[in-house]
Formats: sequence, structure tokens, C-alpha cells
Amino acid sequence: MAFLRSRLFWIAAAVVVVAALLPFWVSIYLLSVLTAAYYFGVFAMAWDLLFGFAGEVNFGPTFLIGLGAYTAAILNSTAGLPIPVCVVAGALAAVAGGILLAVPALRLRGPYFGLVTLVAVLLLQNFVVIFASVTGGEIGMTVPDVLSIDASVNYWYALAFLVVCAALLFGLSRSAVGLILQASGQDAVEAAALGFNVTKHKVAAFCVSALFSGTAGAMLIFYMGTASVDTVVDIAIGVQIIIAAVLGGRRTILGAALGAVFLIVANEFLRPLGQLNTFVVAAIALAVILFFPEGLLGYALHRGERE
Amino acid sequence: MSGAVRLQVGELAKRFGGVVAVKNMSFDLKAGEIVGLIGPNGSGKSTVMSLIMGIARANSGTIKLDGVDISGWPAHRIARSGVSIVFQHSRPLQRQTVLENVKLALLPDSLLRLATEASVGERAREIAERVGLGGVLHRHPWTLPFADLRRMELAKAVARDPKVVLIDEPFAGLTPTEIKVFSDLIRTLRDEGRAVLLVDHSVKSVAALADRVIAMYLGERIAEGSADEVMQNETVRRVYIGGKIEAVERKSAGAGQAPTLLQLDAVEVFYGKTKALDRVDLRVRQDEFVSIVGLNGAGKTTLFNAISGLVPYRGAIRFGERDLRSQTAASIARGGVVHCPETRELFVHMSVRENLDLGGGHLSKSERQRQLDWVFDLFPILEQRQAQAARTLSGGEQQMLALGRALMMQPKLLILDEPTLGLAPVILGQLSKAIERLRQERSLTLLLAEQNVTFALPHSDRVYVLDHGRITWQGDPVRFAEEMSTGYL
Repeated sequence: MAFLRSRLFWIAAAVVVVAALLPFWVSIYLLSVLTAAYYFGVFAMAWDLLFGFAGEVNFGPTFLIGLGAYTAAILNSTAGLPIPVCVVAGALAAVAGGILLAVPALRLRGPYFGLVTLVAVLLLQNFVVIFASVTGGEIGMTVPDVLSIDASVNYWYALAFLVVCAALLFGLSRSAVGLILQASGQDAVEAAALGFNVTKHKVAAFCVSALFSGTAGAMLIFYMGTASVDTVVDIAIGVQIIIAAVLGGRRTILGAALGAVFLIVANEFLRPLGQLNTFVVAAIALAVILFFPEGLLGYALHRGERE
Repeated sequence: MSGAVRLQVGELAKRFGGVVAVKNMSFDLKAGEIVGLIGPNGSGKSTVMSLIMGIARANSGTIKLDGVDISGWPAHRIARSGVSIVFQHSRPLQRQTVLENVKLALLPDSLLRLATEASVGERAREIAERVGLGGVLHRHPWTLPFADLRRMELAKAVARDPKVVLIDEPFAGLTPTEIKVFSDLIRTLRDEGRAVLLVDHSVKSVAALADRVIAMYLGERIAEGSADEVMQNETVRRVYIGGKIEAVERKSAGAGQAPTLLQLDAVEVFYGKTKALDRVDLRVRQDEFVSIVGLNGAGKTTLFNAISGLVPYRGAIRFGERDLRSQTAASIARGGVVHCPETRELFVHMSVRENLDLGGGHLSKSERQRQLDWVFDLFPILEQRQAQAARTLSGGEQQMLALGRALMMQPKLLILDEPTLGLAPVILGQLSKAIERLRQERSLTLLLAEQNVTFALPHSDRVYVLDHGRITWQGDPVRFAEEMSTGYL
């Protein structure tokens, strides 16, 4: 296991070095695609912490992302607060929203938790549309500040953010707390009988997931310069995140980031197919889920374990 | 040998909907004592265990640990106070090693301790070695044989030095050699001054180990004492075997010549590596009532599931002219083989009437009404309870509904699995009368599985004895009474 972990570490390090050098090679267009994909990767990793470890399916990742994004955007455009303050505020808003949602929802068993998270997204979406004077409604809102106007700098910001988030979330998943969380997700009764407060650990996981989702959501709008329902709240975005995480591999954290990058890049490369594009990507995702239910990285790791 | 009272259970009661699972249950558990809690399936013993652990909540009563009332506490708090449990089936962390699985049990319930202390690793290793896992510390659970998985569960349960250890079916699935090793491990727990509660369905398996045995039936204590005393106890014998075995010679008209309706040849079922059925041959003739008797775990339910197409099997099963192998469970049922399972499988949120209507869903309206009238005539209580949700019925009424729903399907062959499970004697009488009426009023073939021989014999033309997945005896009920009544328990 230690060997595997170190091998995984070296592979990851090599991938990061190559990724960091990309701006010297590739087009600005590809850089912009990857930049968005990296933020998307953080969304997917944060989601995997809930699904892969806590065993809870959150159908509303965009509720947390949207809270972070819109809080940051509104503070920036109305109060003119600097970007770092807005991002921190967005992250905190997502955590607060996450707690408000998770505490009552986790009392429910079975599919109800997932349904509550789904409804939460619709609520947020309606809220944004109704309070159009502050939120920009369906058209969206532009933020006065952006991270940078240089595509390469934006790319490096996104990559650094992804790497830091990946390291933190991966470390957390392999820690003692991660072990307890995994046990709670797999067999809540047994985890409780071993003396672990399952609800406490799951709410904490939800908060951590919200923290990363909210931060990434806020960062994303300062990259794009706009916040709109279609890019950070819509259910379709949430579905993409879920597909990315499952595609990459449940319970791997890193796999989720890979899945997200794959999904976004594939979508762009298949753009010449026109309308068929999304269909082909969805078909690939479906095939992977059907034939490799553990996901791409999960499959690779598991083969390593069996050897 | 035994010391202070550790656990005190007083007047415990638990209901699930209309079913009373535990009532008026009281007992003590002392330090340095092994107590066996036994009872047939459905007697409420497992519920008592979940109530102690806080997995389920009692409706009334007290559970005191060292004098502190812990009833109503959440399970994790009860675990932290010194109660631990070894589940019969567990789901270990498959991606972690054995050592990491044991470590898990030693972790503090804290959100901030990200790193495990070195002492935790050492302690986990020590515990794992003590239960005999020293050689497999770095293997993954899915590579381990069953006995080692049980050891791992035991290691997790004793990791945090509990005062009280609950063990569910300690020896299920173990070989005689492994049973000896496990018995020694459990004795060590006693010698360290822990209170141990073994929950099992048979007296025999805990007899050698337990200092004291408490027998349960229908949610209540029916006997307490040494293993020998409990085994000799009249009430215990009655609930296990159904009392004195008496055979009634059946006057079945020409059953000997009727054509064979169901035929099993060399049927075998495997669950993973375990053989649950071993070359079972069975014949049931048209209009014949056949019983399969055997203790819990003998393979009765597996046999029935094979016939109904619910588990894959080797060998051949024929129903009339049809080979059932290639058919789905649904088409087997539509063909007239109706299975009334031991777990009843009612649609608990639907009303009694809706359950019955679903059973008769394929009948024409007038036919369904006729069939319904007949079922209501058989079980008048169901007519009164028509609008009630199935879950609110008592255990006996639920069994009647399950049987009624099966009859609505107009079975040619009715497969009835342990209808007496967890039911009071007065209900048994009513069920018995209903089955007698089936024979008189309908052309029906019955295959009945029972642990309660007294219930089964009067309804049987022939009896098969199933033991550890094999048919060990077959013959008519009169011969059964003569030959088998002594050696059965």
C-alpha cells in the first residue's frame, strides 16, 4: 500500500509538472478550456468526499457552488470588496448553507437525502431569478474585478488551486477522520456500534465539501467575470459534476479531478460534431459507468491491489 | 466466578408496528459471566441485542450499565460507555488492511485528529495478534477465509476494552475446530472479567460455553438456568419441537397413485463456497401434503427459494411437465407454484385489501370476488381489517394475510415456509384449522417447511427431514413419531 501510494504520488507529481508547463506549448483556447476544467475538478472532488466516503448522494452540488459564487459576485459588485474577501465570504456562505441543508436532511434515510439536495438547487435557482435586481436574474451578473486578464496567469491560478484542493482532500480522505467517514458511509450501524457519532461525521463531511465547492465557485466567477444560473447553479451542471466523479472513480478523490478534466476536454474536442457532441460524451460516460463501475482511476488502483 | 452486576435489563418492551417483538424482558448480566440468550427464529432475541446496543429504541423498560440507565442513548454513546457487539454479518472496509480495520475501532470520535497516534498502531497489532490474526495483518478482508473475518470482528469489538460484549450467533458458519478456538477466545473474555452475552438460536451450540442460559419465545423469557436445565425444560422443548409428537394417520384418497407434481433431482445450492443444499431429491404428488422439517439453518428456505427460481441451483426441478430451470421467478409463480415465504414479504404500507387484490391481480373480476370471499371466510379477521395498513397488523394477522394473499393467486402447489414463526399457540390453532380446510375445500398440493413438528405432522401425508442441507430421513408421519421423536432436537 505504501509503495502504491508513493507510486501514485510520483505519477501525480509528474502530471502536475507537465500541466504547469502547458502554457508554453498550447493555444490560449485550450488553456481557457483547461482552466474551467480545473475548477470543475474541484467541484467533482468535493462531491466525491460525500458520495465516495460519507456514502451520501448529493444531487445538488450546484447549491453549494452557486451559494459561493453568487455571494462572492454580489459582494464584489455591490460593496466593491476585494477578491480574496469575496472568495472567503463565498466559501463561508456555502458552508452555512450546507449546514442548514445537511442537518435536517441527514435525519432522513434512504433516497430522501438526495431529494432534499435536489430541491435545494431549484430553490436557489428560483431565488436568483426572483431577486433579479441584486443577482442579475436569468441574464446573470458581471463582476467588476477579475483574477487576471492574462490567460496563462488564470491557468496557473486554477492549476495551483486544483493542486492545493486535491492535496487537502486526498490527505483528509486518507486520514483517521477519513477512515471513520468511510466506515460510516459503508455501514452506519456498525460504525455507531464502534462508538462513532455517524451524523456528526457526515455533517462535517458536508461542511468540508461545501467549503471546497463554495471556494471553487467563487474563484470560477472571478475567472469568467460573470456569474449566471446556467454556469454555476443549473441542475445540468450538477449532473455533469456527478458524471465526472463517477467516471473518474468513486472513493478516489483524484479520480474525480481526472474525470472532470476528461469530460470538459472531450466536450470541447468533439465540438466539430455539432449537436452529436454531448451525445457522444454522454455515451462514453455511460459505457464507463456500465463496464467499469469503479471508474477509471478506481479500476486502475484496484487492479494494482489485486496483484 | 462471577462478580458485580454489569448490565441490568428491566421490563424491556419493543413493538414494530403491530408486531410485539419483545415484552416484559428482564435479566442481569454479571462481570466474568457468559450468558446464552436463545430462542427460535422470531423470538425476539436479536431485538433484545439491538435494544441493548442502542441500534433500536425500546418502547418501554430500562437498560442499566453499571447502574446508569442507558436506554434511549444513541448507539455510539453506548459503545463509548463500554458495550460492544460482534455482528453476524459485517461489512469491513475492503480497501483497508486487516490492521487498519482493527485500528478503526481504536480511533477517537473526533473530527480534528487527522493523524493516528503510534500507540494506536501498536495496540491494534497486539489485539489482532491475540485473536490469531498475526499472520494476515496486511491482507485485505476480501482475501480472508470466513473464520478470519469473524476473528477480525471480534478484534474490533474487544479493541476498546468493553465491559459488556454481545455476540450474535458466535459459531455460525464455523467448522468444529474453529468453534473450539472461538470458544477459547470467548472464555478469555470472561476470564478478563467482561460480561458476555451470546445470542443464538439453539441451546446446543452455546451449552458448553454458557454459565447460564436464558430462553426466549414470543418476546418473553420462558426459562432460565444451566444449559442442561433449559434443555430439559418442558416449555423450551414445546416451543422448539412443538411439544409431544403425535402423529395422525392421514386418510388421503389415492395420494399414492396420483401423478407426481413436483420432482427435484440432485438439487444443490451454493452460497459462495458454502454448500447450502446437498443433492436433494424430493417428490410431491398431486393433492399431497408434504412437510419438510428441520432446525433453523437446515436449508429449508434455500430449498424453497430454489423451487421458486429465487436462487441459482444445480440439478433439475420439474413441475408437472415443465422444467423450471429456464423460467423466471415470476413465470414460475404464474404457473401455479406460489411461495408464501417465512419473512411474509407483505406490502406493509398498503392496506390488507390491496395486498389481497394484488395477489388476485390476474383473475377476472367475478372470480377475484369469489376467491376473496373464500379467503375472508377462512380468516374472518382479515375482512374486519380490510382498510388497515398491513404493517399495523399483529404477527398472527400478518401471517394470515400472507397466506391469504398466496391463496388469492389460486396456487396449484402452495409452498408454505415456517408459517408458525414467532406466533402464539392460539394463532397456531387457527392456522392449523385453516390448512385443514384447504385440504377439504380445494384441490391443492402443499409443501410445508416447519421447525415445529407438532404443527406439521397432522397436516402431512409424508415427511422429509432436512439436516445441514441433506435429506436425512423420509417416511410417513406415523413412522416419524416412532423413529424420530427422540433424536430430533
